[in-house]
Amino acid sequence: MLKTIPKACFIDNKYCPGCGHGIANRLVAEVLEEMGRDGDALAAIAVGCASLMPDTFGIDCVQAQHGRAAAVAVGMKRCRPDKLVFTYQGDGDALAIGFSETMYAAVRHENITVIFVNNGNFGMTGGQMAPTTLEGQRTTTSPRGRDVRTTGDPMNIMELLKPLDPAYLARGSMTSNAEILKTKKYIRTAFEAQERGVGYSFVEILSPCPTNWGLSAMDAVARIRAEVVPVYPLGEFVKKEGL
Amino acid sequence: MARQLMKGNEAVAEAAVRAGCRFFAGYPITPQSEVLEYLSKRMGEVGGTFLQSESELAGISMIYGAAACGFRAFTSSSGPGYSLMQEGISYIASAELPCLLLDVQRYGSGLGDIFIGQSDYWQCVKNGGHGDYRSIVYAPNSVQEIADLAVLGFEKAEEYRNPVTLLSDASISQMMEPVELPEMREHDPDQFDWALKGKGTGESKRHTSVMYYMSDYDTYIQSKYREIEGKEQRWESFQTEDAELVLVAYGISSRICAEAVALSRARGRRVGLIRPISLYPFPVKAFEPLPCVKAYLTVEMSKLAQMAEDVALASGMKHPIYTKTGGTALYDSAEVCGEIEAVLSGEAKEAF
Repeated sequence: MLKTIPKACFIDNKYCPGCGHGIANRLVAEVLEEMGRDGDALAAIAVGCASLMPDTFGIDCVQAQHGRAAAVAVGMKRCRPDKLVFTYQGDGDALAIGFSETMYAAVRHENITVIFVNNGNFGMTGGQMAPTTLEGQRTTTSPRGRDVRTTGDPMNIMELLKPLDPAYLARGSMTSNAEILKTKKYIRTAFEAQERGVGYSFVEILSPCPTNWGLSAMDAVARIRAEVVPVYPLGEFVKKEGL
Repeated sequence: MARQLMKGNEAVAEAAVRAGCRFFAGYPITPQSEVLEYLSKRMGEVGGTFLQSESELAGISMIYGAAACGFRAFTSSSGPGYSLMQEGISYIASAELPCLLLDVQRYGSGLGDIFIGQSDYWQCVKNGGHGDYRSIVYAPNSVQEIADLAVLGFEKAEEYRNPVTLLSDASISQMMEPVELPEMREHDPDQFDWALKGKGTGESKRHTSVMYYMSDYDTYIQSKYREIEGKEQRWESFQTEDAELVLVAYGISSRICAEAVALSRARGRRVGLIRPISLYPFPVKAFEPLPCVKAYLTVEMSKLAQMAEDVALASGMKHPIYTKTGGTALYDSAEVCGEIEAVLSGEAKEAF
């Protein structure tokens, strides 16, 4: 296990205190460095809280348009198939405005990796309802709690991607050291799927957003354990043979 | 190389391949679908990528990713599909990446229709996307020229690190004409120090709006486009030296106007024609050496006289500007001659 800060995290991140993006960034950077691939990885960075990354995350990257990270990554991967190409996206980006690009990258079995951070709301714009927002959850655009009769059910992307024959699907969290290490393992397996050319890989990470949830950092983590995980269960959902 | 008979859509596709383009992503729409059909076969032969995207939104995003890697990337569409690309074009311009775009105009707003039109001038030339940027826009008027401008387009896109748009129309892209195709050349994406290929042991690169990392972005972006406006104007002038009435037309309309000028000259009328090849930058220099001009007549296949505004600006509003417009009804050279007579006899009403 890496004891030093990975080179890609070359400067302190700019996320809110208690935000999970810092951990997610670090895990991706550690995995790439441990695989010896941080020097030839290419990222398509989402719009949202992720758009702080180009300043603090030292991997060659494109700041994609909102929702289009998967398509931008496809353009890069098809041109440079020997590189490790991934997207880093939040829930508004990948599942709301970018739903089509997310799904079609999987439909075509694009050999890319999606790192998907689910914090249940649009963090950057002040905590509006996202496709992942839980039933009854209050946000700035669901002030009486999410009414699934008019907004639809919380989107479980694992279930939607599963029938598309992806190489690897997993959902981790960061509610404890053990869960963080498990999530890191998922990220590693996802990149290995790409490295071996097995196909599309997608890792969802349940992440706290203390600022917009109106909770302390510790309470935000406790909420994930108590309320979010029951709706979005953890684990590996698809793991093709040999991974 | 021998000339061969080719359709405009196929000629531009082949010219892009010969210019070293190895990445195309696009979506079917009439009247540009032959570009996709041709490249779906051709890209495989040269080891390139053809990708039929799920939408034009995704297609232009794929172009963004490919361009960021230094590859010559190309996409094409028509009206409604070109509208969907505007977000991506703005991002590509803001990140200062090169790419080649093609809008084969059809006529009308909304769904419009698939017949000949020139109603995307405002969108293509004035920016359909948000923010302070311009796309360099070329307007071919023959199959030969659309092939030539595809090659020039990639060169200028890389020289200025900026999108270049070919503004064609259903007639130029659908008709067959003899064309001499450019020589096959290789393009090395690694020649650019900005091309993404992994940071290796060096510093990482990022493609996002260059505005974030420039101390004086405002001056920079202004001078960039001023330089393009100074150096990149392209046009052809026909018989303008003694012309009292100068027609201005681009694309297919310029060919109708060339015939109308010849017919009117035969009647002793002193008329000429300016054919803008670059629509951005608009060839204002073409309007300087016109010692005899008394009026302009713009001829374009849109009812709202879109290019006419640029003619008014380019000519400094020193002379009246008349407009012959198309729309759902097309015109031929006889009708343009009729308009010339109406202007010369004082029956026509000026627009500016």
